[in-house]
Amino acid sequence: MKVLVVEDEPAMLESIERALKQENAVVETAMNLNDALDKALIYEYDCILLDINLPDGSGLEILQELKNQNKSDGVLILSARNSLDDKLKGLNLGADDYLTKPFHFSELIARIRSIVRRKKFDGNALLEIGNIQVDATNQSITIHNEAVTLNRKEFAILMYLISNKGRLVSKTALAEHVWGDHIDESDNFEFIYSQIKNLRKKMNDLDSGIEIQSIYGVGYKLMES
Amino acid sequence: MKLIQRTIVFMSLALLIALSAWAFIFYVNMIDEVHDSIDDGLDNSKLLIIHEANQDSTVLYKTSFDEGNYAIRKMPADHALKHYDQYKDTLMYMENEHDLEPVRLLTTVFEAKENQFYELKVISSMVEEDDLIEDLFYSLLWLYLILMVTILVINALVLRSMWKPFFTYLNRLSQFKLEKNEKVQPIQSKTAEFQLLNKVVTEVLESNIRSFHNQKQLIENASHELQTPLAIALNKLQLLAENKELSEEIVKEIFQTIETLERLTRLNKSLLLLSKIENKQFRDEELVCFNELIQNILNEFQDQIEFKELELDLAFEGELKAQINPELARILITNLIKNAIRHNFKKGKIGILLTDSSLQISNSGTDKPLDPAKVFQRFHKESNDQSSTGLGLAIVKSIVDLSGYRISYNYALGIHQFMINFN
Repeated sequence: MKVLVVEDEPAMLESIERALKQENAVVETAMNLNDALDKALIYEYDCILLDINLPDGSGLEILQELKNQNKSDGVLILSARNSLDDKLKGLNLGADDYLTKPFHFSELIARIRSIVRRKKFDGNALLEIGNIQVDATNQSITIHNEAVTLNRKEFAILMYLISNKGRLVSKTALAEHVWGDHIDESDNFEFIYSQIKNLRKKMNDLDSGIEIQSIYGVGYKLMES
Repeated sequence: MKLIQRTIVFMSLALLIALSAWAFIFYVNMIDEVHDSIDDGLDNSKLLIIHEANQDSTVLYKTSFDEGNYAIRKMPADHALKHYDQYKDTLMYMENEHDLEPVRLLTTVFEAKENQFYELKVISSMVEEDDLIEDLFYSLLWLYLILMVTILVINALVLRSMWKPFFTYLNRLSQFKLEKNEKVQPIQSKTAEFQLLNKVVTEVLESNIRSFHNQKQLIENASHELQTPLAIALNKLQLLAENKELSEEIVKEIFQTIETLERLTRLNKSLLLLSKIENKQFRDEELVCFNELIQNILNEFQDQIEFKELELDLAFEGELKAQINPELARILITNLIKNAIRHNFKKGKIGILLTDSSLQISNSGTDKPLDPAKVFQRFHKESNDQSSTGLGLAIVKSIVDLSGYRISYNYALGIHQFMINFN
């Protein structure tokens, strides 16, 4: 997986680079619009992470250029602005997704994987992990070639954990991904636990070859067993 | 009391005093003049009578006034020599009026023959002072009334039209609200005072509007600027927590720090949202169907409602469609429902009642009412809940205010109720 990160904040850039390398991605970086345009127009990337506010212009120009050159790299906008206008503008210019800072790395990685899946395999890829085959388009899974029924939330949780395989996913990140940004943390996300419990039971009973570990009560980690 | 009424009261009092003083002086002068001319007449009569008495001694025996205007009486010399002419007002019975009427009486002494002294009294009828006062009083009353009517008319026509720009301006000022981001239209007037008023008020307002906007801008800018460092700190901590060599204790510490920073992020986002609402950055309103919206949002909260085993009483008694920014409508309902879940207890109740023009969201909770004056204030927290930003209801209030609706809080028997009126 080859990713271009366009970000003018060095500390931010470095963190993103490290997180992506943990996922075995090939990472290239650009800290201004010119560098970013150079790299984006010469090379092919599976995904471009794009900050809109750059010192020498708007990241949206890159989108425009990619469009003009008929390039179909996946683009994920990373913005400090949680503005519907910016989001719509970006998506209209051909961005695939929009993520507001600050974000959870698990969310970033899940989004990148989803973009890459759609771009590379037109979304038809069957994801395989352990004994599970996941059909992301139809939101269904089979284990040992047998269809398994998961409810919408169980599927979302499983998909998120698979995308972040081996990575510690915090309860907050999981809750926000599955239940939405506005989810209320007042009960410390205890309601997540019942869904996890069901999912874990199904995975164990059907010999899925994966294990959902609880990590010190702060989050979960999916491992191949 | 209105300015015009005040003017009239002052004018009428001042006129009353001035007219009374004038009447007093006028009366005194007039009476003085009357006395003067009557006394001259009496003096003349006196000389004529004395002259006649010198020629015709029968005159000396006319001791009573009867049909004439004089009476004569003999007088001892020693008395007479001490006597001076005296003018006096007195009363006398008048046949024609059948009453005692005021007369002017001159008492004098004259020597008819050698050492024969006589006292002579001459009278002349006088103005009737009470009648005079009465006449004067009525004339003055009429004058006063006419003056008052004139003043009223002048006030009504002239002053009212002269003050009109002032009242127009006052009306505009009273409708001015800092948050509304509108300017007060200046008044058109050639009057120097009003032009000055225009200038002064405009300056004061503009400086206030400026500092208000600066302050709002500061909140928005500060919130924006905070997002990036927060993002960096959060991401660094997330990477740190991935380190497999860390002990459970340290990972937990890191996540506690992450949670604190996430709370700060939420707070920051809420402040930014509040600031954007108040800066009117949500412009596009459309007709939003709340029945649908509420149903959608409830679905999102279903797991939390089930987890808390809350009893949901959902009643759609009508179809509520209202003009509002759709993004804000979603935030509004989300915050209210989140609030009703958060401040509830296990196995509590949530009630949602929707009519054509109103929405009520109620929940069981603490058994004492919240302070209605403070419930919508920023950072006002009734509970010690660490994860609460204290901004949720403030955001609700500003959305409702911005959209031009009304929200109220009620409490009865352990049920807290928020009601939005969309009329």
